[in-house]
Amino acid sequence: MNILTYFNKKSSSAPLAVFRIGFGFLMCYSIIRFWVKGWIETLYIQPNFHFSYYGFGWVKPLDNYTYILFVVCGLSAFLVAIGLKYRLSIFIFFLSFTYIELMDKTTYLNHYYFISILSFLMVFIPANATFSLDNLIKGKDYKKVPTWTIDSLKLILSIVYVFSGLAKLNSDWLLKAMPLKIWLPSKFDLPLIGENLMQLEWVHYAMSWGGMFYDLLIPFLLLYKRTRVFGFILVVFFHIFTRVLFPIGMFPYIMIMGSLIFFESEFHIKVLNFVKRIIPAFFSLKNIFNVDKFEIIEIFKIKKEKLVICIVSIFFIIQFLIPMRNLLYPGELFWNEQGYRFSWRVMLMEKKGYSVFKIVDQKKGTFFYVNNEDFLTSFQEKQMSFQPDFILEYAQYLGDIYSSKGHDNVQVFVDSYVALNGRLSQRYIDEKIDLYKEKESFKHKKWILPLNDEIKGL
Amino acid sequence: MYKKIFLLLFASFVLVQCSSSDDDANLLDEKTVAYDRAKMLVHWADMIIIPAHSAFQASLSILDNSTKSFVAAPNQSNLDDLRSKWLVSYKSWQHIEMFDIGKAEEIYFKSKMNIYPIDKTWLDKNIDNGSYDLENANNYSSQGFPAVDYMLNGIGADDTAILNRFTNDVKYSNYLTSIVNKMVSNTETVVNDWNNYRTTFIGSTKNTASSSVNKLINDFIYYYEKGLRANKVGIPAGVFSGAPLMGNVEAFYKKDVSKDLLLEAMNASIKFYSGTSFDGLSSGPSLKSYLAHLNTQKGAESLSITILSKLESAKTSINSLSNSFIDQIESENNKMLVTYDAIQAVVVLLKVDMLQAFNINVDYTDADGD
Repeated sequence: MNILTYFNKKSSSAPLAVFRIGFGFLMCYSIIRFWVKGWIETLYIQPNFHFSYYGFGWVKPLDNYTYILFVVCGLSAFLVAIGLKYRLSIFIFFLSFTYIELMDKTTYLNHYYFISILSFLMVFIPANATFSLDNLIKGKDYKKVPTWTIDSLKLILSIVYVFSGLAKLNSDWLLKAMPLKIWLPSKFDLPLIGENLMQLEWVHYAMSWGGMFYDLLIPFLLLYKRTRVFGFILVVFFHIFTRVLFPIGMFPYIMIMGSLIFFESEFHIKVLNFVKRIIPAFFSLKNIFNVDKFEIIEIFKIKKEKLVICIVSIFFIIQFLIPMRNLLYPGELFWNEQGYRFSWRVMLMEKKGYSVFKIVDQKKGTFFYVNNEDFLTSFQEKQMSFQPDFILEYAQYLGDIYSSKGHDNVQVFVDSYVALNGRLSQRYIDEKIDLYKEKESFKHKKWILPLNDEIKGL
Repeated sequence: MYKKIFLLLFASFVLVQCSSSDDDANLLDEKTVAYDRAKMLVHWADMIIIPAHSAFQASLSILDNSTKSFVAAPNQSNLDDLRSKWLVSYKSWQHIEMFDIGKAEEIYFKSKMNIYPIDKTWLDKNIDNGSYDLENANNYSSQGFPAVDYMLNGIGADDTAILNRFTNDVKYSNYLTSIVNKMVSNTETVVNDWNNYRTTFIGSTKNTASSSVNKLINDFIYYYEKGLRANKVGIPAGVFSGAPLMGNVEAFYKKDVSKDLLLEAMNASIKFYSGTSFDGLSSGPSLKSYLAHLNTQKGAESLSITILSKLESAKTSINSLSNSFIDQIESENNKMLVTYDAIQAVVVLLKVDMLQAFNINVDYTDADGD
């Protein structure tokens, strides 16, 4: 099959509809959950200072208008779910969600990044071809969509799994069972397994290896028809189990819902038929929208399809490259964290730090230490303490603050200690480097002291 | 390349697993069960916290009696006696300040007992007015041990002047009596509450923000970092201000006891960490043995031992200081800074390494992870 015939292939539009509805409602619920837990207040409004992504310093919380941003985001997710003005809604969702994530990198999570890029991809996918309010408004329903649109969703999910599996091919994870050896014994509260199973060393190893094989194999198990149901059972078990063990929020549900895309269209048609039966109201809407004109069209044609395919292809090439950009940096990835984010490295590290900043008057030689609580929330302090780009950004901020308070010749040094995956803590940043003089960039940060150990593997 | 390495690793892993299989009885020792946190809580409550509180209460009641005698007859010998009883009780206090949990936390016990420096303006105003509300947060720095220190050592240039104040104006005796009574009654509230609270305390073993174990571990670290390291050494030595702040020395008016108080606090911290009972005669489950159980072998010696030896060397450093930190700061502040660094070295081990091993958070920010 050559590439042209592949791009001409069509499939049922049902899987996209199921995916769109699942995604929309889960996102809408996520936003509401975030709000109800008070996190908009504690994570975005209360802090005086926010850690920015390099180049995105202009993206800041909008004081109380931040709530409006969340309303826009939640509402657009809901519109995506019901398929009303789908293209516009998913685009607004992508923008608002991404803006929220860019406001403060303290809250960075791989799965938030996943939502951002997934929603970007969905802008180019006709997920409203069927079973959407758009169909009712236009009086048109499409039976088939280009197969590549469905496959692109499978591909993005596979990328997440495979890269996170590859990231587990390292000596800490496989040969030391770290960090599970630290995390699992602390789950002694779990009913039935907490006091015994979670304490056993072989369980830590088994779960490390099991997790690695799971991540690497699951896309293939889902792709082949024979292993698909088994694969999906694994998906549900794995994600529910990790949800029980770790505070990972909505991520497991998103992945479970997402994995349904691997099932064949008959399955999705059944799901939609089931939904039709339980909410007949949806179909009484047909009458309002004058059902006579309701026209069933065989194939959904994407406008400027070549251009769209081009954009999506570039998007995927980038998705392959970004997780591997760490290869451009020297030193230990887990320690230096240069190229660590946006690369599906999940649950790989137990890293804790302690960083206090010393403000020095270069001419007089006098100094004092900063109380981090005066500037950061405890969550920000925790995240700052072991991540070099946070340490630098905060040092710059402190330098500006104290310079503007009338201190002269300000230099900023840090006393920083970090422990990684059960190793004894060691000094993290060169304490003789004036961080106020350093500049953030994509270049290697030479002032990170090397880890006194080696982690082998990818 | 990686492929080969991993095939090899995998093969050797399988081999290791097979060769050391089930018939090896050693597999079943130590780490097959979770650390008994309930037992640790019982030991903390019955052998450390409750006895320390009783001892403190007893010392305070002696202080109370001496206060009564002194107020009745403010003479030199009664003043000397009261000062010595104050010091005994102040030292005893160093053993319980870290237990900011239960009733103590609820009534702001430690704030009411030991905030220094005192707020001299407020305190003088209170003495003059004779009417004040010691429950008011603004008055926390006008009561407790630092306020008694001021009354006994600071309200006159010398002993004669101090005694004259008490002899000539009853308002001084009134205020002294009032704050000592308040210390006694606050302590009674906390001590009595432990009769009921003990059950709650020992039953709360989970790994959650509100469980006794996690709370007390966080209390201990907070105390060591703020109450001991910053308040007693760092702030007076000018670590956070650039220039020394001698007015912030503990027992500022008595002067020559600041080292004694710090040493006592250090001893209390070492005992709590190692699980030594309050009477010093026995030992039990502790942070140290918990760490040893988790068997986090780090470098040459295990973390549990590293922490203890760093605590001991911080203590040695404290021992080299003058009895009065005011003298020490004036003559050679660098020694204070060196001691600060020695104390600080343990903060890193407690907050980073120990909490990592226990997998306990310091902050408990409620947010998702991934």
